[in-house]
Amino acid sequence: MTLFIQLMFSGLALGSDYALIAIGFTIIYKASEVINFAQGEFLLVGTFVVSTAVFSWRLSFVPALLLGMGVTALIGVLFERVVLRRMIGRPPFTIIMVTIGLDVLLLTAVTILVGDKSPGAPAPFDIVSAITVGGVKFGVNALASIVITVLICAALYAFLRFTRYGLAMRATAIDQEAARAMGMRISTVYALAWGISGAVATIGGVFLAAGAGNPVFDVGLGQGALVAFPAIILGGLDSIPGAVVGGVVIGLVYVLTQGYEASGFLGVNFHTISPYLVMILVLLIRPYGLFGARKVERI
Amino acid sequence: MSAPGPVDPSTPSAAPIATLPGRLRSSQSRALALVGALILALLFLFGGDGWVSVLDFTMVAAIAALGLNVLSGYAGQISLGIAFFMGIGAYTAAWLGGSPPQLPGDPAGLGLSVVIWLPASGIVAALIGALIGPTALRLKGFYLGIVTLALVFIGQYVFINARAITGGQEGRFNFPAPSIGDFSFANPNPIFGLQLTTNQCFFLLLLPLLALVAGFVANVARSRPGRAWQAVRDNETAAAIMGINLLEAKIGAFILSSFLAGIAGALYASLSGIATPGTWSLLLSIQFIAAILIGGVASVWGSILGAAFVFAIPTALNTFSLLPQNASSTGISSGDLSAIFYGLLIIVFLLFEPAGIIGLAGRIRAAQQRIEARRTRSEGGDTATSTTIPPTTTTSTAPTTSTTPTEMASSEREPQLDVERMDLMDRTRRADAPQ
Repeated sequence: MTLFIQLMFSGLALGSDYALIAIGFTIIYKASEVINFAQGEFLLVGTFVVSTAVFSWRLSFVPALLLGMGVTALIGVLFERVVLRRMIGRPPFTIIMVTIGLDVLLLTAVTILVGDKSPGAPAPFDIVSAITVGGVKFGVNALASIVITVLICAALYAFLRFTRYGLAMRATAIDQEAARAMGMRISTVYALAWGISGAVATIGGVFLAAGAGNPVFDVGLGQGALVAFPAIILGGLDSIPGAVVGGVVIGLVYVLTQGYEASGFLGVNFHTISPYLVMILVLLIRPYGLFGARKVERI
Repeated sequence: MSAPGPVDPSTPSAAPIATLPGRLRSSQSRALALVGALILALLFLFGGDGWVSVLDFTMVAAIAALGLNVLSGYAGQISLGIAFFMGIGAYTAAWLGGSPPQLPGDPAGLGLSVVIWLPASGIVAALIGALIGPTALRLKGFYLGIVTLALVFIGQYVFINARAITGGQEGRFNFPAPSIGDFSFANPNPIFGLQLTTNQCFFLLLLPLLALVAGFVANVARSRPGRAWQAVRDNETAAAIMGINLLEAKIGAFILSSFLAGIAGALYASLSGIATPGTWSLLLSIQFIAAILIGGVASVWGSILGAAFVFAIPTALNTFSLLPQNASSTGISSGDLSAIFYGLLIIVFLLFEPAGIIGLAGRIRAAQQRIEARRTRSEGGDTATSTTIPPTTTTSTAPTTSTTPTEMASSEREPQLDVERMDLMDRTRRADAPQ
């Protein structure tokens, strides 16, 4: 039972990281119908910047985090402005491929910068500190990631619900042309979407790296974040609450299979594919995800 | 040109065909092909073993790139899963053709002949592809991309755990080398007095194989199923309304694509002699995507050129030591450098020339024709029938669409149902990015 509670907690913490990553995908998709395959490397770049700021430039955690968020937000906005703006109206195939191109670029850039060193994992609290209650270890960073996720969701909700730009984003998501006709600036909405998504990716990346419990991280961090794909598929690409639910579910599935696979009959590393299996199952039954809207096809 | 149809005798049929991408009709193209063949032959004979090895791997990669182009280029189905199918092919070959285990810990092998394991590697991959195909019927665009991404991870899990065949995490070392009778490709062989290295032997096997595959794909693309794929790619709903069986078309594309990927995987493993589960990674899939995007989507020559570009660059950088002098201290490897190259090129080509290198070639050819046409006109001949370009369009250049003179010309002529001409229009469309 202790093991179960422990796993549920870890799953929740990991799930909140995935939820953050999934929100990043969803915001962009809602605004511009683009799936950003480079989102994983946004995480990597952001975390790398924060790590460099904390360990090389001796900044304290919060300014470093803000710096990292700024860098990824800037990369996102620039990419949207310089590349994706010219690709409006192209088929999804082309758009996926161009984000894959960005993915390769970012990954290679970080790989070269990292070299053969192992960058330290930046974290708000000491990486091993934990509160133990009744035999269950609650990692402080894990608790922080849950709290931060809840805060970000609340802030995002407030932003989308109560501000002018939030209203513009929602309107654009529903009908781009109508929103434009009402005088909303689509380019501002796109820039906002990519900026928010990039910033959130850095937070997700930092907590993903810290949550692994290692004092260092490697360039595989971005690929690990691809597990957020099952999360967004589960929730449907265009639903932010869906992304959060999907993220938490996938986090739980991942950690629970990891915890119980020691019994052995599922083989080595089963937890790395369990989220994908869940995703394929869901997709075969509901091709647009659990919360996603079915598209009307027009010729 | 197999389609028989009423050919208008005034149609300048030779000129438009020459503008089609990837076809060798004009004298310049023939000269280019000759030069290419000469370079290949020189590299083969005098380039040294390193270069022959690069050529070998490039040809294997070209086979897989052709497979991916069938699925993504012609049929428009996004796939990140080609590495998975290559892995399936490699381990099928290893199991069927590998030497039987000597020690208890050795991976399994049946020691069968190449005549069995090479086709079998393709067939097993194709069967699994046929299972995935129906998924593509329900899932479109991004969703299909993500499911094929999942395939790669599931494949890695399976490859790590199927220790008996794959050797587990540490990888497998004995992959079968093709051998026919006494002639084994694993050993140096004397042919006609020439002492050939292993790589040169493989070259002699791979070149005809690649030619066969390329010819096959080119012909399938022009036949009924190939046209069905392109129709599905351009507009699925419209294709279904026209009577194309979507299930049949998609499964067909998956089968051919996975078959070629499986063969390429088997050849790759056979050539390199070692494969770990990590070989068949997402990165490999992305490299192939880069190859077809840079070379040319839905183009046979594009697949080959793209594969050469993406897979030969790291080796070329190493061979000619083109890396910056302080590269080793800053940690830049040839792999990193080429990754930056192709990452950048993916974006640049998609932005400015979605038809890849082949599209560029087509553009140059179209420009040449424009110049020629202008010259004939200024010479004061009868321009009505001898020129394919209407005067109004000569100065306008379309930057994003690769409209060739053929298309302009056919739209200019009187509307008339002409099988031959529709055929041409259809083919010029291919140069465009999949819709």
